[in-house]
Amino acid sequence: MSDDIVREFLVESSENLDLLDRELINLEKDPGNRSTLASIFRTIHTIKGTCGFLGFTKLESVAHVGENLLSKLRDGELALNPEMTTALLAMVDAIRQMLASVEAVGNEGERNDQELIQTLTRLLQGTAAAAKADAAAAPAVAPVVPALAASVAPPPVELPATPLPVAEAAPKMEPKPDYADHAAADHGPAAPAGESAAQSQSRTAASESSIRVDVTLLDKLMNLVGELVLARNQILQFSNATEDAGLLAPSQRLNLITTELQEGVMKTRMQPIGNIWSKFPRTVRDVATMCGKQVRIEMEGKETELDKTIVEAIKDPLTHIVRNSVDHGIEKPERRVAVGKPSEGRLLLRAYHEGGQVIIEISDDGGGLDADKIRRKAVEKGLITPEQAARMGEREGVNLIFLPGFSTAEKVTNVSGRGVGMDVVKTNIEKIGGTVDVQSKAGTGTTVRMKIPLTLAIIPALIVTSGGDRYAIPQISLLELVRLDGEDAQTGIELIQGVPVHRLRGRLLPLVYLNRELKVDSEGADLAKLPAVNIVVLQADERPFGLVVDEINDTEEIVVKPLGKQLKGLKTFAGSTIMGDGRVALILDVLGLAQTSGVVNEVRARALAEKEAEASAVTGERQTLLLFAGPDDSHMALPLDHVGRLEVFPIASVERAGLREVVQYRGEILPLMFLSEMLPERRAHVRHAASLAKNAHPDRLQGIVYADGGNRVGVIIERILDIVEETIQAKSPPGRFGVLYTTVVQGRVTELLDMGTLLRAFERNRSPNISAERVEV
Amino acid sequence: MPSDKQLCTFYVGESYFGIPVDQVQEVVRPQPITPVPLAPKVIRGLINLRGQILTAIDLRNRLGLGEPGDPANLINIVVRTTDSPVSFLVDEIGEVLDLDQKTFESPPETLQGDMRELICGAYKLRDRLLLALSTERTISLADSSAPTRERDLGAATRFNQNGGTAERRIP
Repeated sequence: MSDDIVREFLVESSENLDLLDRELINLEKDPGNRSTLASIFRTIHTIKGTCGFLGFTKLESVAHVGENLLSKLRDGELALNPEMTTALLAMVDAIRQMLASVEAVGNEGERNDQELIQTLTRLLQGTAAAAKADAAAAPAVAPVVPALAASVAPPPVELPATPLPVAEAAPKMEPKPDYADHAAADHGPAAPAGESAAQSQSRTAASESSIRVDVTLLDKLMNLVGELVLARNQILQFSNATEDAGLLAPSQRLNLITTELQEGVMKTRMQPIGNIWSKFPRTVRDVATMCGKQVRIEMEGKETELDKTIVEAIKDPLTHIVRNSVDHGIEKPERRVAVGKPSEGRLLLRAYHEGGQVIIEISDDGGGLDADKIRRKAVEKGLITPEQAARMGEREGVNLIFLPGFSTAEKVTNVSGRGVGMDVVKTNIEKIGGTVDVQSKAGTGTTVRMKIPLTLAIIPALIVTSGGDRYAIPQISLLELVRLDGEDAQTGIELIQGVPVHRLRGRLLPLVYLNRELKVDSEGADLAKLPAVNIVVLQADERPFGLVVDEINDTEEIVVKPLGKQLKGLKTFAGSTIMGDGRVALILDVLGLAQTSGVVNEVRARALAEKEAEASAVTGERQTLLLFAGPDDSHMALPLDHVGRLEVFPIASVERAGLREVVQYRGEILPLMFLSEMLPERRAHVRHAASLAKNAHPDRLQGIVYADGGNRVGVIIERILDIVEETIQAKSPPGRFGVLYTTVVQGRVTELLDMGTLLRAFERNRSPNISAERVEV
Repeated sequence: MPSDKQLCTFYVGESYFGIPVDQVQEVVRPQPITPVPLAPKVIRGLINLRGQILTAIDLRNRLGLGEPGDPANLINIVVRTTDSPVSFLVDEIGEVLDLDQKTFESPPETLQGDMRELICGAYKLRDRLLLALSTERTISLADSSAPTRERDLGAATRFNQNGGTAERRIP
């Protein structure tokens, strides 16, 4: 039996007993108060259950008769009278004495509580009319009582070996089924010291060394510390400005003390994640039984600590995911065996710190998610268009489950499919500044990964200025600061297709202008004329991007205050804070900013690309690619080997032969293939005529003379972009017909055309009129 | 219809309004306001009220009475809500009036525009009309404006951006 469990039981119980005292007294004043009765009943029940589990049979038997009496009172079969109250209070005292004995010497001590038990039992029988049984009369009554009691309750006397239902029901991994609100006991000072003397001392101190504190009080303290931090910031600003030595020293001390106080208060609010996990074995067991599955739950990193508010906030989302994993993720035993897995499924909960955040993973080794099915379902429900679905990769596909209104549960079960969907999970996690995504491999399992901030209240942040106002950027997403001066300010920023990028140590960093994103600057502001460029290199979804701001001020500890509900819809802001001068500044939501500015998708794709590259370990072949803009300005590429020439055809030279457009080219008739016609459109009904019209030079067509074997065809595209030699790092599946795969070239998602398929389709479309031979001419 | 009432009165432009005095936390002189980019126009920004950050709603704009005024001259009426308090920016503060329910009348059918939604009715004072404003609706409508919709679609648009980026990037 673990000492910790006993110690926690003692702390818990001594508080519960105090509560019982008060409540019994209240109950006597107001015997009809059902909620008090229910509360008393629960408390006793809790104590009894735990005693049984811990093997304190004497304690248990006393608590048991008390409970029986209370249950009759609760059910209205008996009415409380003073005698009962006295007996119940005596029971509380007896329990308290036994607990004291447990705390001191480790067992309940030599006691005889027969009399108390008999009194309680007699009261239970409703024989209170027999008036007070005095000590002498009691033994005479005793033999009768068990017989009478037999039909009503289990024999209350001497039950060393009879396990009670509650004790039995308590699963091994969960010694305290009823301790829903168990405060984290302070393991520090009272940890078993090894030496028996120290041990007994720490045991004695167990119930005194930790106290329960109302969370609202902690919240209030936290708020006050927040205010103190703000006041400290103001004073520091002032003292630094005045350079008064007399002020400087105390303000430095104030600074240190505030920081320590802040850390201390934050610590009081930290709770191990195990507190909420401890309920999952039971949840898993229930759900698994209901679904006829076998599931084993494993936990890693139970001790990982999080702020209480965050623990509370992630409780429901976590429970939902766990239930989902068991209900949908893990297959039935027969099926698992059929596919060669052990019949028992495995659910792994992992928590660990990473970069000032907590990562929580819930993995199962079940059937995995079917990205195709999810995409279909999303289209069916009208959540996305078929075109969007077609473009989506595996990972984006499975993440569709986070869309509101999405549920793939074929049938609504007791467990899932009731409309509390993954979108609620996502919303709740994002509400506390976390992220959640899901990775899945069909057949091998699903992992839901959450990134959760440690605390919400006070965070270090970088203060920047843009458009005359200050903004705070949480330091957690900050990578570095780059300043481009003088000539660099002009040359350091290059444009790819109008998208500004900066070469940061050889890698292209997409740039986002904060002024533009916030629309706080006149559109006409000329970027090229800026004397210096301040780039804040940020990280969103594991990928960097540069945020260009007017000015970089300082780093500061800021107190995060939520935005009013009128402003909650703004994805760009995570909250607000009060600056040293008392003015309000907005806190930027880096992920939201990346999303609204469009960086994130590119970023996500790249992250995906790199991850897959790591996974496959085999890097792709090095290829020379022709990069060009296809319909709708999408980036496309063709291997240069097959590109005969790049040609510009005057529109006037385009002739029609049957159904197709052709040009005379070097003595041949070259059929023209308009990519805009061949590829499924992103926007419906954009015919090539339209694409001709918006061509930069409407009187000319940009063509690639493509040669494959003897076939030659003029592929009409929008513009030539570049020729690059690239190691194709990763390929994600094609998003549409005619595309071999999607990859990343020069930081842009690029589609590699599948000319074979395109040419075949090209032929099929026209074949009734034009024979293949003519093409070869 | 409001039950009995003491109304805290104020002026926005030419109009005279009142809100139940028990919903008013306090009245504060003009405060420095931090604008919130991208927010609906009716939201002028955020103010710091003794460490609490409040959203300031420009009532002139909210009521459709014209363009927002200069915040340096606008009085803050701090209104309690079920959420955190909100500040109403008004031109001038009036008295607190005890009003006779008998003088209350529902808004005329012909009343148009934003105001129609926000007015519970009017008290017929001797010399003028006092319009009773619903704080709840005044706040909640600000809530339901464009950006909230954006959030609802947020997840969907995220997936949409794959295609959207290329198009939006065209200079």
